[in-house]
Amino acid sequence: MLKVRVIPTLLHKGFGLVKGVHFDSRRAVGSPMQAIKVYNLRNVDELVFLDVTATLEGRGPDLDLIDDLADDCFMPFAVGGGVSTVDDVRDLLAVGADKVVIGTAALERPSIVREASDRFGAQCVVVSIDTRRHDDGTPEVFVRSGTQGTGRDPVDVAREMEAAGAGELLVQSIDRDGVMDGYDVDTVRRIADAVSVPVVASGGAGIFEHMAEVLRDGCASAVAASAMFHFTEQTPMEAKQYLREQGFPVRI
Amino acid sequence: MSDVKARIAVLDYGIGNLRSAEKALCHVGADAVLTADPDVVRDALGVVLPGVGAFGACMRALRDSGLEPVARAAATDGRPFLGVCIGMQMLFDGSDEDPGVAGLGLVPGRVTRLPSTVRLPQIGWNTIERAHASRLFDGLDDPAWLYFVHSYAAEPRDSSVVAAWCDYGRKFAAAIEMDSVWATQFHPEKSGDTGLQLLRNFVAACSATAPVQ
Repeated sequence: MLKVRVIPTLLHKGFGLVKGVHFDSRRAVGSPMQAIKVYNLRNVDELVFLDVTATLEGRGPDLDLIDDLADDCFMPFAVGGGVSTVDDVRDLLAVGADKVVIGTAALERPSIVREASDRFGAQCVVVSIDTRRHDDGTPEVFVRSGTQGTGRDPVDVAREMEAAGAGELLVQSIDRDGVMDGYDVDTVRRIADAVSVPVVASGGAGIFEHMAEVLRDGCASAVAASAMFHFTEQTPMEAKQYLREQGFPVRI
Repeated sequence: MSDVKARIAVLDYGIGNLRSAEKALCHVGADAVLTADPDVVRDALGVVLPGVGAFGACMRALRDSGLEPVARAAATDGRPFLGVCIGMQMLFDGSDEDPGVAGLGLVPGRVTRLPSTVRLPQIGWNTIERAHASRLFDGLDDPAWLYFVHSYAAEPRDSSVVAAWCDYGRKFAAAIEMDSVWATQFHPEKSGDTGLQLLRNFVAACSATAPVQ
């Protein structure tokens, strides 16, 4: 049986890793190379690295940095931020990314997803769907690091991205980002029910029970967490031990 | 065994992430080089055929790069040969992913889609069940955890070539072994310590074939 994955997410801005709240007010927390080495030793399931301000700053991916990081990464490595063309996808794969996370560009030009999927395979095309809830609870998909609404429902976007060739969906909650009070289980569940590709839940993990909740009630295939692993004593291995005790299949 | 690092050629036919295999082989002590130069491949002790993406795109890229006869020769001349992911699938006759594109036809059988009863692609860690002893698995846990990313899997006509099975939607060939040809559906270069040990075993097999100086 396929195991649920626990994925540390590294949020990168400028020269270092950051922790954000609601996709904003990010502050530096360390060096990405150091983090990669630690997670390599800890034998984690996978790593996600997101250059969170690249699109806003009009930058492409930092290929030299990814090249360096990939040298020491003998685990699956997903990289995103600033990916706006199929050539960006090609370049990231060439320097050692295993998967490329496409956000804003996928929403604005779904053809990039189609073309990347046809050329490099669906397995390396991850589309990030960033959602925010309005006061009445209605979720909306946002782009450009959470600064611009699209007026679209997450489920519609998820279906469109799957049809365009996405091999995986990274469903991130902007409201829950960095707050550590639980995932947006409902949105994850609605998306997981609507598509057949794996759904990775992101944003809101603070305690292991949050992970169990979004795996069980949200039907996620994997859980990503950033602040929880970088700002508390809790480790990915402990998360998996907890999940195993709760009856989830995990790789220990 | 020679003290000199084993020169291993990783075939570079210009598609997807082919660097990971090279990096991981170097990490376990090989002199691995990503190359499209037939002379370099000919002189290597062992050859790796990586592959990510779609079957048809990989086969076409292999043919367009002129490396198809080089790969074919490497897999049949007795040197250790390792196919990874699509690099395993390409050894077969063809794939339902791109029915019009012929594979290398070195292992009888076809590549078929995993059942739609499970979420596809299979992306993640799974355990393998050994079909028989293989030097590739020396020092690995049993069952061992490996990282898989695929929607299609090989169905060898002769199941005795299967070195290990995996189960996802159906039982499928996770690794094959035919004389000096090995291939894995999973990604050893992305499977942490377990995968690095498997690559170490492959490098040892390459070193063992080195001519005595």
